[in-house]
Amino acid sequence: MLRFERSDWLAMLAEAWARYPLEACGLLVGRPGPTPDQDVVERFVPIHNEAASSRIYRLDGREYARAALAADDDGLDIVGVMHSHTHTAAYPSATDVAEASKPLVPPTWHWVIVSLALGFPELHSFRIEDGGIREESVGLIEVNPY
Amino acid sequence: MATVDVRLPTVLRPAAQGQSRVQVDGAAVGDVVDELIQRYPGLGSNLVDDDGAVRKFVNIYLNDEDIRFLEQLATPVADGDEVAILPAVAGGQ
Repeated sequence: MLRFERSDWLAMLAEAWARYPLEACGLLVGRPGPTPDQDVVERFVPIHNEAASSRIYRLDGREYARAALAADDDGLDIVGVMHSHTHTAAYPSATDVAEASKPLVPPTWHWVIVSLALGFPELHSFRIEDGGIREESVGLIEVNPY
Repeated sequence: MATVDVRLPTVLRPAAQGQSRVQVDGAAVGDVVDELIQRYPGLGSNLVDDDGAVRKFVNIYLNDEDIRFLEQLATPVADGDEVAILPAVAGGQ
């Protein structure tokens, strides 16, 4: 299960909506667990979509480099990428699978997709390994209120 | 000749003895990449193709600026500069 702070989960939904009709994107910065299933997202960093398109996204190079180096400085790592689908379901497209399968992209990364196809934001997370797509559960990092 | 700090992405660290930062000498980004590959041959095919050009899926930054928008591999470097190597990330519906 990929876990987020409630505020980051809300920030991803808000980012998808705020950028509409363009695709939104951002980085999941976190603490890698012993296995990817135990990764915890410590912060969501929205990144400008350099492609400025409703169909594709490309992380703005400068913002991406800054976020990646800041993560490394804080002893954290990029554990995944979020992007929105403005008109299609929250499921990786052929383009998403091809991009996730490129050589330098870690196979451990989580691919969070926020879909706005239904008119309200719907968030799902996937692992893409060897061209195969597997949905994973997502959960909130909760402090027990009782 | 300048000494720069090279920051490596997680996936490339195993090929560089697990290091996330490596200090490398060079006059331009291309020298830094060459020196890096000479020191850690495992990085070679991940970073450049057979003609020595930076692979499409690799982004190289000099102080946060993509070298594609500078002078590519001929971009000069100065002491204390930071060179970061990151996988290009894109996608879409």
